[in-house]
Amino acid sequence: MPDLVQMTINGVVVRVPRGSTVAAAVLLAGSSNLRRSVSGELRGPLCGMGICFECRVAIDGRQHVRSCQLLCREGMEVTIGV
Amino acid sequence: MSERSEFDVLVVGGGPAGIAAACCAAEATPRVAIVDDNPALGGQIWRDEPAPSTSQSAIWYQRLARLPVQIIAGTRAFAQAGPHILVAESEDGVCELAFRKLILATGARERFLPFPGWTLPNVMGAGGLQALARSGLTMRGKKIVVAGTGPLLLAAAAHLRQSGAEICLIAEQASRRHLIVFSVRLVCHSSKLQDALALRRELAGVPYLTSCWPAAAQGKEKLESVMLRRGAKTWSVDCDYLACGFHLVPNTELAALLGCGVEQGRVRVDDLQQTTVPDVHCAGEPTGIGGLELSLVEGQIAGHAAAGAPDAARGLFAKRKGLRRFAAGMDRAFALRPQLRSLPQADTLVCRCEDVPLGRLREHSSWRAAKLLTRCGMGPCQGRVCAPAVEFLLGWNVESVRPPVFPVRVESLTTTVTGAPPTLS
Amino acid sequence: MVIIGAGIIGAACARECALAGLRVAVVEADFVGGGATAAGMGHIVVMDDSEPQFALTRYSQQLWRELASELPADVEYMACGTIWVAADEQEMQEVRRKHDFYGARRVPTEILDPRALYEAEPHLRPGLVGALLVPEDLVIYAPCAARFLLRQAQARNCDLHMGTVKGIREDGVVLQDGSVLQAGTVVNAAGTWAKELTPGLEMRPRKGHLVITDRYPGFVRHQLVELGYLKSAHTLTAESFAFNVQPRITGQLLIGSSRQFGVEETSVDNHIIAGMLARACQYLPELSRMSAIRCWTGFRAATPDKLPVIGKCPGHEHLYLATGHEGLGITTSLGTARLLLDQLLNRAPAIPLEPYLPGRVMETAHA
Repeated sequence: MPDLVQMTINGVVVRVPRGSTVAAAVLLAGSSNLRRSVSGELRGPLCGMGICFECRVAIDGRQHVRSCQLLCREGMEVTIGV
Repeated sequence: MSERSEFDVLVVGGGPAGIAAACCAAEATPRVAIVDDNPALGGQIWRDEPAPSTSQSAIWYQRLARLPVQIIAGTRAFAQAGPHILVAESEDGVCELAFRKLILATGARERFLPFPGWTLPNVMGAGGLQALARSGLTMRGKKIVVAGTGPLLLAAAAHLRQSGAEICLIAEQASRRHLIVFSVRLVCHSSKLQDALALRRELAGVPYLTSCWPAAAQGKEKLESVMLRRGAKTWSVDCDYLACGFHLVPNTELAALLGCGVEQGRVRVDDLQQTTVPDVHCAGEPTGIGGLELSLVEGQIAGHAAAGAPDAARGLFAKRKGLRRFAAGMDRAFALRPQLRSLPQADTLVCRCEDVPLGRLREHSSWRAAKLLTRCGMGPCQGRVCAPAVEFLLGWNVESVRPPVFPVRVESLTTTVTGAPPTLS
Repeated sequence: MVIIGAGIIGAACARECALAGLRVAVVEADFVGGGATAAGMGHIVVMDDSEPQFALTRYSQQLWRELASELPADVEYMACGTIWVAADEQEMQEVRRKHDFYGARRVPTEILDPRALYEAEPHLRPGLVGALLVPEDLVIYAPCAARFLLRQAQARNCDLHMGTVKGIREDGVVLQDGSVLQAGTVVNAAGTWAKELTPGLEMRPRKGHLVITDRYPGFVRHQLVELGYLKSAHTLTAESFAFNVQPRITGQLLIGSSRQFGVEETSVDNHIIAGMLARACQYLPELSRMSAIRCWTGFRAATPDKLPVIGKCPGHEHLYLATGHEGLGITTSLGTARLLLDQLLNRAPAIPLEPYLPGRVMETAHA
């Protein structure tokens, strides 16, 4: 039985393996996009290492957090597509 | 006021070069630290290997573990607070890192080139998808096209295949002729040859096409297929992910901010890996893309030199010379072909932060003018993605750096005060 | 005529003159709007330090408002208004004084009590005593505005020459490559560089720092300026900063402001950034957790009396100056251009132009 972390993505409860980054968790939960670009395009992660800022999401109310650099925590509230 | 720590040798970057530098420095001098923005050491290449698997990384991790090196993880150096002091931000706050000697081992990032559809979700860097696979994304049963250029394509493909993905094909833009010249060099480096042969075994049965590149990524809300081009022929391959990178770009921003000379995108160093700024050394990819072995050797030289043991450093010069020759061969083999300049259309976005298409950049004559008049490169990535592409596409000089070298919280900039606090009016 | 410099001042002068039928050449060393124009905030603001300052800023603001419908989207014209924030009763007195001053000169303003202030700007810190809203103040993105103005000139009768002016002669200007651009009239609109070409001009560069954040749409709705601004930034002391935050159309926040004399280096000074941002966070506490993307500096061309220099250079029949706009060049560019053309054509100006004539800041004139 893997060690799971419970969190929400846009209000939906998901459980992901401990040690996953938030970017991986969102993709695992079935969404390939994390945000809308300034002209409205859907975007997903690109560089996976904190350089490109494509994976920005809001976490616990704080905007513009790079989800590829942050590990999932119990109870974390993630908002994507904003 | 922020907390301040002081070190004899401070290493920025915890990849192979940084680890090697810290080890060699710590064997000669007491107060050594590595600061790295990732949650754990290893850089991109040794990222998240719980029980370091390759014998080489295991040896270095063990050597590091025996030494009193302070590891400051999840912390990103973003500015200089004064002579011999960097400021760094973490989730919890900001700290000042004072040093006698500094070693910059800031690594490299993937080079991305724009082509129609490259902004679709599930088009990722080859290293980017690999990093996501290492941080929890399951690859089992996923169909992946790997495309671009450079030796890392093979490493990424092999890793993704081990993780259960189906690699549809690997498209390498370099020509077969260039690669044959390069592989003759491989024979002279037995360890690199071993690695190459191992990769080839792991990728048995995967089509590897040279002189082939992605012409377009297609799909509605996410990637559905990749259009590939080889010579006059184009065809489409259905897939879940496109893992795409055009070799690497040295991370020279922090060096440039500190005033170190940067030429042709590389930090200038002398024999002892010292930059043009006294007490600041640089090792690994920022001095020119050379791969793991060269990073380790440069890291060791920088570590010895910074700890005041230049003789130990000199013993490694011959090895470095051979590896640098090899790196130069690699640069030639994987040089970007001019045809790639015609991949993006006028409406293809170049700047993904501000959504600026190529056509709007062409109205301008310099990077600075284009930045100010189109917003290209003015978003949060600060041009890290688009500037190397623009340099290749339009031939502009894209070197410009301002603090902070990464976006930081406003509060972190309010605490970067050394000396007398400012008088509020 | 030849205009030296394609910043917002040169571009506005080129447009005004070309639209009036003059044949214009503009010489620019770098690119249109690339100097102080690009470094500033783009706040089109009515100011009241002196009658002439008021007259020119108000006149120019009206010209911007008239031009609004023609401006392309990249000029990012935003009629957001300014809120002058009062932190204590002394500053509230200043609110009432400004209200009376503007009212007497038919500029609409509104005194905000705390309730109205927090309704307008809910993220300001508690405990402020009130504010003055100046609804006709504006924000634009100046480099694109300069490009638009110059393009309008080019569509009529204006050429842009890329090059550096080495010297001004009786018959035109000499460029770095030795070539001469002949003209009966030369306008020096080279901003902080104007002094190099016209020695004796009493003007000093005044350094400023700015910071821009990532996008937080709706967080701030008006340009917010502390009234302490009047006490600090407008004095001619060595170094000062004040709370001055501007919403951009992108949702980004532009944070200022600082002023330093006697500093030549273009590098960002951490100590100034720290003081400036600390001040901003005192007024907008949530700012502290927001992401700052970039810091930069620029130099304003400051005259001793804080008024620009517009008009014929004493002792030179053919040479005109249009510089010294300090921190108000974006605002006053259109008025400057109009006053310059009035002089060239011997027309009656809409506002008295004597306060801006160059004689007062020319060392030779005092000798």
